[in-house]
Amino acid sequence: MNSIKLIIDGKTAEVPENTTLLKAAKTVGIDIPTLCYFELKDMNIENRPGGCRVCVVEVKGRRNLAPACNTMVAEGMEVYTHNIRVLNARRTVLELILSDHPAECLTCAKSGSCELQSMAQQLGVREIPYQGEQSKYRKDTSPAIIRDVDKCIMCRRCEMMCNDVQTVGALSAVNRGFMAVVAPAFEMNLEKSPCTYCGQCVSVCPTGALTEVDHSRNVINALADPTKTVVVQTAPAVRAALGEEFGLAPGTLVTGKMVAALRRLGFDYVFDTDFAADLTIMEEGTELLDRLTRYLKGDKNVKLPILTSCCPGWVNFFEHNFPEMRDIPSTAKSPQQMFGPIAKEYFGKKLGIDRKNMIVVSIMPCLAKKYECQRDEFKVDGDPDVNFSLSTRELAHLIKASNIDFNSLPADEFDNPLGESTGASVIFGTTGGVIEAACRTAYELFTGKKLEKVDFKELRGLENVRHATIDFDGLPINIGIAHGLGNARKLLEDIRDGKSQFHAIEIMACPGGCIGGGGQPFHHGDSEVIKLRASALYREDEGKPIRKSHENPFIQELYKEFLGKPCGEKSHHLLHTHYFDKSAAVFVEE
Amino acid sequence: MAKIKLSEKKIQELKDVCKTFNNDKGELINVLHKAQSLFGYLPAEIQEVIAKELNVSVAHVYGVVTFYSFFTMQPKGIHPVSICLGTACYVRGAEKVLEEFKRQLKIQVGETTPDGKFSLSCLRCVGACGLAPVVMVGEKVFGRVAPDGVADIIAEYNT
Repeated sequence: MNSIKLIIDGKTAEVPENTTLLKAAKTVGIDIPTLCYFELKDMNIENRPGGCRVCVVEVKGRRNLAPACNTMVAEGMEVYTHNIRVLNARRTVLELILSDHPAECLTCAKSGSCELQSMAQQLGVREIPYQGEQSKYRKDTSPAIIRDVDKCIMCRRCEMMCNDVQTVGALSAVNRGFMAVVAPAFEMNLEKSPCTYCGQCVSVCPTGALTEVDHSRNVINALADPTKTVVVQTAPAVRAALGEEFGLAPGTLVTGKMVAALRRLGFDYVFDTDFAADLTIMEEGTELLDRLTRYLKGDKNVKLPILTSCCPGWVNFFEHNFPEMRDIPSTAKSPQQMFGPIAKEYFGKKLGIDRKNMIVVSIMPCLAKKYECQRDEFKVDGDPDVNFSLSTRELAHLIKASNIDFNSLPADEFDNPLGESTGASVIFGTTGGVIEAACRTAYELFTGKKLEKVDFKELRGLENVRHATIDFDGLPINIGIAHGLGNARKLLEDIRDGKSQFHAIEIMACPGGCIGGGGQPFHHGDSEVIKLRASALYREDEGKPIRKSHENPFIQELYKEFLGKPCGEKSHHLLHTHYFDKSAAVFVEE
Repeated sequence: MAKIKLSEKKIQELKDVCKTFNNDKGELINVLHKAQSLFGYLPAEIQEVIAKELNVSVAHVYGVVTFYSFFTMQPKGIHPVSICLGTACYVRGAEKVLEEFKRQLKIQVGETTPDGKFSLSCLRCVGACGLAPVVMVGEKVFGRVAPDGVADIIAEYNT
């Protein structure tokens, strides 16, 4: 590739052709401000509509200012990123955006993490000289996500995530000019759209236009109610990211501090979703082996590949887009939803607590979990197995609001029995982790031999679609992995067209898996953060004395005492589910 | 916006339109043009069929339909009323005529009366400037229309 020389603010930069001015400037230590621009390196995710014009620069010989995010370098270019013309234009652009933005920073859920707010600070905007009509649009509240498009600056990041990355197609820019908004088809509510609640739109929204439905209040009320026993479960990916909200470096594991904080918040029992993840492996792994054995015996009706079903965004996706294939995914519930009935029907009953008096709260890196716990099939007489689901961000707020100095907390331990987990369950939080955990158990159950090498490094990484062949003592098992729903779609289309060679496929809706979930602390487009969270989980796995789900002593006890055997009658009733056809075209109602 | 149900035959016609453009998502605007000339407007169900055929999201189709003012999701009335707002008609009081139509039909430009009889739109010059201001109802041209003549025009079709 040819290299191009150009001068930026008097400094000579040498970069490959087809580099943007924005990236060329970075190579010589110049950080041009951006607003609509967004990139997740290593995941091929980039948004550069050149719409906001905050990144404008002057290019000598060019009549108008050029958006740096969207203008390619050329030989001999002379670029000025902060001369008076550029500074004035940039400020005017920002003032105009702010003139149609509600000044609600004091009460906005995004305050403190808002990129528009920090841009206004960075450019030192102290007043907004333009006054005029402000956009007014109804607020749209779904079970997981709130759209408040008055705060939208039309950066189109959410549209890019929803369409290009996730191929969900729930959001599009509609109408034109001042009336333009990002909305579902026919401007219906998100709840009626094909939205999967993956929350990736929320995780990239620069402002408070897209936020999660906050369950904190419900949790505070439950904790204050003396008649309720409040039980909490924490998902694997939370411990690898929660620290970021308290200024700790990305990738810092805060498992012990998190447990201590939850105990101080007043939860009666601090349990681990990881326990339920081990349980998931028992059920899902058994289902995989069952299908595999039947297949090897020549059963033509057996559905292979088996698809994982831990991810509620993914479940929503295939229910909307591939309902005819809904008998392919494992029927095992997600760990969150396995935990619920075990807490209420096993643990609660053991203690003599009626399920109506037990409140199960989950801490999740995910927004789809908020919807999942509200699904009707996960309720008993109207009482949900999991009452409320908080995101990692909401937990951080709750800790701060409760006067807890997180960083000085001594490490604490989960309660038993539902707090004991193995290394296999910890890695559920990253792409490839579920299938690696399943392989560890399935190998031993299938071959009857001890697995010498627990780490399946070939299943790890961040490539969009990965595949590996695992040797089950002479039997090659083909594994596929996809993270991001657009990548999942490719694997599903292959299955539909009869081209898939896989025996088992793991799918996670979010790029990177749960560590990159829609409920995690904002990464602001820094993919290093996601990588560091993944390595933290692998570190935690390595440090665990037990690293295979079926060796978890409390899981063994649970089967002995209560469940019987994996995929048995009781498991079927409590730990497995069924899927629905949600593809029906959504017409506008009269 | 009324919920409609297209007949199988109509849906097939629409699918054929998509096929003439090779179900190419790049031809979305052309497909919408054809569909609108076929059905008169682009209700939700038509957009859903087109989205499916071209393999794009319904939200995207709706985005395009709402971006271009030519596309409409409102069915035209049995008697579409168009008021010329070209220069000649405008200076001779077309705007007052338009206001009178709005008042008497109780609809805005781009809308259709609840009984489906009349719809209201504006256009730019029909080449009959000598008759300004000009109003068209369907294919028929009315010339030198004054606000007090609006009631008669409506009455002519309101039988």
